[in-house]
Amino acid sequence: MLALVLDTSSAAVTAGLVDCAPDQPVLLAERVTVDARAHAELLIPSLRACLVSAGVRIADLAAVVAGVGPGPYTGLRVGLMTAAALADATGLPGYGVCSLDAIAAAHPDQQDLLVAGDARRKEVYWARYRHGERIGEPAVSKPAELVAKRVGGSAMAGAGARLYAEVLGLPLLDGDFPTVAGLAACAAERVRDRAPGEVLVPLYLRRPDAVEPTARKPVTA
Amino acid sequence: MSTDQPLVLGIETSCDETGVGIVRGTELLADAVASSVEQHARFGGVVPEVASRAHLQAMVPTVHRACAEAGVALADIDAIAVTAGPGLAGALLVGVAAAKAYALALDKPLYAVNHLSAHVAVDLLDNGPLDQACIALLVSGGHSSILQVPRVGGQELTELGATLDDAAGEAFDKVARLLGLGFPGGPLIDRAARDGDRDAIAFPRGMTGAHDDPLAFSFSGLKTAVARWVEARQRAGEPVPVADVAASFQEAVVDVLSAKAVRAATEAGIEHLLLGGGVAANSRLRELTAQRCERAGLRLRVPRPKLCTDNGAMVAALGAQLVEHGAAASRLDVATDSSMPIADVLAR
Ligand SMILES: [Zn+2]
Repeated sequence: MLALVLDTSSAAVTAGLVDCAPDQPVLLAERVTVDARAHAELLIPSLRACLVSAGVRIADLAAVVAGVGPGPYTGLRVGLMTAAALADATGLPGYGVCSLDAIAAAHPDQQDLLVAGDARRKEVYWARYRHGERIGEPAVSKPAELVAKRVGGSAMAGAGARLYAEVLGLPLLDGDFPTVAGLAACAAERVRDRAPGEVLVPLYLRRPDAVEPTARKPVTA
Repeated sequence: MSTDQPLVLGIETSCDETGVGIVRGTELLADAVASSVEQHARFGGVVPEVASRAHLQAMVPTVHRACAEAGVALADIDAIAVTAGPGLAGALLVGVAAAKAYALALDKPLYAVNHLSAHVAVDLLDNGPLDQACIALLVSGGHSSILQVPRVGGQELTELGATLDDAAGEAFDKVARLLGLGFPGGPLIDRAARDGDRDAIAFPRGMTGAHDDPLAFSFSGLKTAVARWVEARQRAGEPVPVADVAASFQEAVVDVLSAKAVRAATEAGIEHLLLGGGVAANSRLRELTAQRCERAGLRLRVPRPKLCTDNGAMVAALGAQLVEHGAAASRLDVATDSSMPIADVLAR
């Protein structure tokens, strides 16, 4: 039950190949490059490198797993468009994973974990987890607002947590970006159950910036 | 892969149209387009983030529509072509991501092509192969150029003239907004102008002075002249004759475009003039250029209006030419280029 796994919700271009058949999914190949501007260039070559290094053909795959964010839109869309087209071309089911869940999956023992990604514009995408289970929906906030609202926890992880570690003030754990293993852990059950494929919908969390035009200025003032 | 009459899927996402076309050689099999234009109308222009979101949503359904229309399965496709630039950076990325994924999954070569060259190559689908050079007038919301094209769908073309400021389509959008007609301006001005007198107002013809570059364009001064004229009317408390302004403005644009294109062909001793790009859908530009070509003894090639505006078939048409002529495919790490130079037909 081989799954091609990808995530582009962060500065990392993450690609991997995982066997989801065993209870503990087995990582067969992984390519991670941290370059926030190269998702479109690197993602497909990285996925292909994973297939080649593991000696796996497209026809051997059982599923496509993709992080659906939240994350900066341009990069995020590259991953989701890639996953959707791969699933479409192969007829394989596509499964979406909240990218923050994939970071939390690396810390199943944490009783109260804050995961925060870098949302740019001095904000973070965040969610809270008890023993790896998310509480509520992911959101986007200024780090200081989280402190003011006492959105605490006993530890934190993610690139946003590292960036605003001083403001957030919680013990910082490893794992800045969603990993292939974390993504696979969140989707393994669906892969094993051959669950119906999903439409991969990005978690934007913000509306597009667009302003309706104001009255035109006359050229003859 | 058969290099004769290849079956090519073309993907276009450089602006607000998600286009997927399928061709076999120079035969058009499918031209599916999903447009997000209504979502941009209230903003008076294309909002890049809105366009990018719409591309992601529309892509797979549009691919399916194209395959159904063409009566082919994805597995039958010989090659994937996609617009690599120029265009909106975020929008281009969605199309290129899709194209790369289809290429990898189907194990087919990828051709990352220039949008402007595709506007020229689409002519082959309606007017068939051309065994000699032509002059192309390429006019759209983003570009206004006169090109020398040794072979339609080939990799060598030379820009003989371009706009120094606004593109022709941009001028249409701005004047449409000034007249309260809405967005996008091209079709709205075209429609309004039908009821107007194109000689009612003598708007300036840019770049037609004795010392001006004979093949360059400028539409910024015209746009300002229209605004001044309309504002003077409004200040005098008189009604604005929208149809006359639209017709006279449109005439000023298409007069310069067609005159310079005909001049370029005549001076180069080239017999064929090709019209392409969104503004080539304008009925008056088609009419006036046809008249002037006939007078000058030139043959005009212009695709049907639907193939002039942005679509995937034009990308597929160019891709098919590249395959047929043995061009090396693009690498799977090829980058998009929002300001891809017009002379670069294929990105590797
Ligand atoms: Zn165009």
